[in-house]
Amino acid sequence: MTDAATGALLELKGLTKAFGALKATDGVDLTVRHGEIHALIGPNGAGKSTLIAQVAGGLAPDTGRVVLLGEDVTGWSVARRARLGLGRSFQVSSLAWEFSVLRNVMLAVQARSAGAWGFWAPVRKDEALRAEALGVLDRVGLTLRADDPVAALSHGERRLLEVAMALALRPRLLLLDEPMAGLGPEGTKELTAFLARLKTECGMLLVEHDMDAVFALADRISVLVYGKVIASGTVAEIRASAAVREAYLGDHLHGSA
Amino acid sequence: MSREALVNALLALALLGAPLIAAAQDEPFYVALASRVAILALAGVGLNFALGTGGMVSFGHAAFFGLGGYVAGVAALHAFEGSPFFAWPFEIGGSESMVVIWLVALAVSALAALAIGAGSLRTSGVYFIMITLAFAQMIYYLAVSLPAYGGEDGLSIYIRSTLPLVDSDDPLTFFLVCYALLLLALFLVHRLVDSRFGAALQCARMNPLRLATLGIAPFPVKLAAFTFSAMLTGLAGALYAELNGFVSPAMLSWHRSGEIIVFVILGGVGRLFGPVAGAALFILLEAFVGGWTDRWQLVLGGILLAVVLFARGGVIGLLAGKARHD
Amino acid sequence: MSAAFLIEQLLNGVQLGVMLFLMAAGLTLVFGVMGLINLAHGSLYMTGAFFCAWIAGETGSFWLGLAGGLVAAAAAGALIEILVIRRLYDRDHLDQVLATFALILIFSELMRLIFGDRPLYLDIPGLLSGAVPLPGGGGYPAYRLAIIGVGLAAAVGLYLLIARTRLGMRIRAGESDREMIGALGVDIRTLYTAVFALGAGLAGLAGGLVGALQSVQVGMGEPVLILAFVVIIIGGIGSVKGALVGAVLVGVTDTLGRVFLPQFFGLFLPASEATSVGASLAAMAIYLLMAGVLAFRPRGLFPVDV
Repeated sequence: MTDAATGALLELKGLTKAFGALKATDGVDLTVRHGEIHALIGPNGAGKSTLIAQVAGGLAPDTGRVVLLGEDVTGWSVARRARLGLGRSFQVSSLAWEFSVLRNVMLAVQARSAGAWGFWAPVRKDEALRAEALGVLDRVGLTLRADDPVAALSHGERRLLEVAMALALRPRLLLLDEPMAGLGPEGTKELTAFLARLKTECGMLLVEHDMDAVFALADRISVLVYGKVIASGTVAEIRASAAVREAYLGDHLHGSA
Repeated sequence: MSREALVNALLALALLGAPLIAAAQDEPFYVALASRVAILALAGVGLNFALGTGGMVSFGHAAFFGLGGYVAGVAALHAFEGSPFFAWPFEIGGSESMVVIWLVALAVSALAALAIGAGSLRTSGVYFIMITLAFAQMIYYLAVSLPAYGGEDGLSIYIRSTLPLVDSDDPLTFFLVCYALLLLALFLVHRLVDSRFGAALQCARMNPLRLATLGIAPFPVKLAAFTFSAMLTGLAGALYAELNGFVSPAMLSWHRSGEIIVFVILGGVGRLFGPVAGAALFILLEAFVGGWTDRWQLVLGGILLAVVLFARGGVIGLLAGKARHD
Repeated sequence: MSAAFLIEQLLNGVQLGVMLFLMAAGLTLVFGVMGLINLAHGSLYMTGAFFCAWIAGETGSFWLGLAGGLVAAAAAGALIEILVIRRLYDRDHLDQVLATFALILIFSELMRLIFGDRPLYLDIPGLLSGAVPLPGGGGYPAYRLAIIGVGLAAAVGLYLLIARTRLGMRIRAGESDREMIGALGVDIRTLYTAVFALGAGLAGLAGGLVGALQSVQVGMGEPVLILAFVVIIIGGIGSVKGALVGAVLVGVTDTLGRVFLPQFFGLFLPASEATSVGASLAAMAIYLLMAGVLAFRPRGLFPVDV
C-alpha cells in the first residue's frame, strides 16, 4: 500500500546522520512514487552509501524519518523492512557464498513465501520453490548459471543475481545500488531495458554512476553532494541546472544530446 | 551413494561393530571406550550444529555438557539419599529413571542456552567467543562453590539410573542406548540442515546481512539453533556422567570446551559425521598413544595444528572430499 | 578491619592488576595490530617462568633468571610466530583459536619433557625479601611493591615506545590500516614478528616475577590467560591504555572480592561455606564486571577504531 495522500512508496523526511564532525547525511528529503524510477547521483564521498543504509535499515539516522509504503519504518530492522516490501541489491555483492546461484534465489523465494521455521521437509526438493526461483533467474537471464557456485560468477553476473534475489521478494520498492557496475556495454543495455520494463511493477531508487543509464531510465533525479540534496527534478531540469553542473556533472553534459 | 554417505555408513558400522566384537570377547573396557566415543560424538554433534552449520564459535559448550552431567549427578544423589531437590512450593526429589534424567538434562540445557544465547548472540567474532567462554566460567565457578554437590571434588554416582525392559548396568546395553541416541541426533541434524530452517541458518553463517535483506532476522534463527545444539550436548553430558559414575566441575571447564571444538574440527567441521570421526580419533589417541607415552597431548596438538594449517576439512574432508552444498 | 589491612589488600589488587597488564598488553597489541587471537599467550608466560626459575636455580641469581626468562619467552614467541602464527593472519578467528590451542598442548608437553613433571621453585631475591612499612602500621612485602614498580615502568616504557618511537608509529599505523602500511613499504613481516616477540617477552617477564610468589608448574598460564582476555575485552581490544585500566580494575575486583565476599557471607553462613561461596562469587565477579562493561560499552572502555 502506498501513502494514500501522496501515492509515495518511499519518503525520506529531514534525514540527518553525522559521524563525529562529518555530516554524511544533511537534512535529506526525497520521495519515490509508484511506477517511477528515482535516480540518486552524486560524486564519490557524497554520502550515497550512508543514505542507502539508512533507507534499508542497517544504519539509524540521528534525526528524520523514513516512511516506507505509508509506514514509519525509521526504527525498523532490515528484515522487517524487507518483509514490508523493500528489495535491495548491493553495490559490493552480498550473497550466500557457498550456495549455488539457484539456491541463493530459492532462499529468497523461501523467505518471501514460507519463512525460516520449517524443520522437516528438505528444501532442495521443494518443486514449487525451484520452479519459482528458475522463473526469476530466467527473467534476469541467468538460467544457464543456475547450478554454478556463486564464486564462479563474474562481477556483472553477481549484480544480476542480486537483482534476481531482490525481485524474488516481489517488492513494492527496489533499492538498487550501482547495479550496472561491472557490466559490459551489452549487459548494461540489457539491464537498462529490463529495469525500464520493471517500472510498472515496482518503484525504484536507483543509485548509479553510469550517466547514460541514468538519463535513459530516470523519471526523476536527485543530486547528492556532501550529504545534501542540491537539486531534484526531471532529467531535463537536472541537465539544465547550473548548480548541478558546477557541483558535479561538469564535462558529462558537454556534448551530450 | 555419494562418497560421503559411504564414509558415514562405514563409520556408523565400525562404531557399532567394535563394541559388539569386544563384548563377544568379554572385554568390557573396550565396550566402555566405545560408549565414550558415542557420547563425546553426541556432544560434538551438538556443537557442530551451532559451529559448523550456524557459524557460532561457542567456547562455552562445556557449560551444557557439565549441566547435563550435574543433572544426572544431582538426580542420583537425591534418589540415593531420599532427600528432595527442593521442597517448596512442591516437592521435587531425585530420580532413578534414565528417561527422566534425559528430559531434565534437555530442559536445563535449553533454558541455559536461551539465557546465554540471548546475552551473547547479538555479538560476533572474538566477542562472541569470549562471552560464551565467560558464561561457561561463571557456571564452572558456581559448581565449584556448591558444597552440597561436591564442590571442587565433584559428585559420585553410585547407582546407574534405570531404563524400562533393559539392564542399563550392562556395558553393552548402555553402549547401545548411547549409540541409538547418537544415531537419532544425527538423523535430526541431517533433516534440520536440509530443511528451510537449515538453509536460513547456513545463510546466517555465510552472510547475515543477506539473510536480513531477504526478510529473515538472523538472531531468532541462531538462538533456536544454539538452543538445540546445547540440548544435544547437555544430553551427552548426562550420559557421560552416568558412564563414569562421576561428575565434577572439570566437565564445565574451558579446557573441556576446547576439547569438544578440537575433535569437531579434527573430524571435519560442518560435516554430519565429523564429530563421530573426530571423537573416535580423539579417544583412540588418548587410549592407545596415551597408553604408550604420557606425551599423547603433544601428538594431539601436532595433529590439530597440522589439520588447521593444512587439512582444514578434517578426517571426513580427507576421506570424502569437499562438502557439497547442492 | 583496619586501614592497614585495606591498604594491603588494595596493593595486592594493584599488584595482580599490574601483572595482568603485562599479559594483556601483549595480547591486545597482537590482536590490534595483526588481528590475531592468541591462546598460547599463557604458554609464553609459563615459558618465561620456567626458564627464570631454572636459570636462577643454576646461577643463583634471580636477576639473571628474570632476564633469561624474558629472553626465552621472547625467543619462543619469535619462533612460533615465524613457524606457525604468520600463517594464521589471514585465517578466521576459529582457525586462530584452534591453532593456538594446539600450541598450548604442545608447549605444556614440551615443558614437561624439558623440566620434568614436578614444579620448580623460585626464591625471592635477598634484596627484596623484606617488608616496607605501611601507613597505619604493618608491613607490605617489598617484592610485591617491586612488581608494581616493574609493571608501571613497563607501562610507561610501552607508552613511550608506541607514542615516541618509529616502531611505535608503525604499530599504530598497523592497527588502523594493515594494507596501507604494507603499501608504504614498511616491512610487515619483521614488524609483526617484533610485536609478537615484544608481547611474548612481557608475558615471560610476568611469569618470572610471579614465579617467586607461587610455584612454577605446567598449566600455570591458563587461569592467567582467561583473566587477560577478560581484561582486554573490558579495556577494549587493541588499546594498551585500556589494558592497563582493565587490568587494574580486574585485579582489584578479584582481590578485594576474594577477601571481602567470604567475610560478607560469613555474616550469615557458617565459615567453611562462606569461604567457598565467597571465593566462587569473587571468581564470577570478574565476568559480571565484564558483562556490565559490555552492556554500556559493547566494544570495551577504550576501543581502538579498527
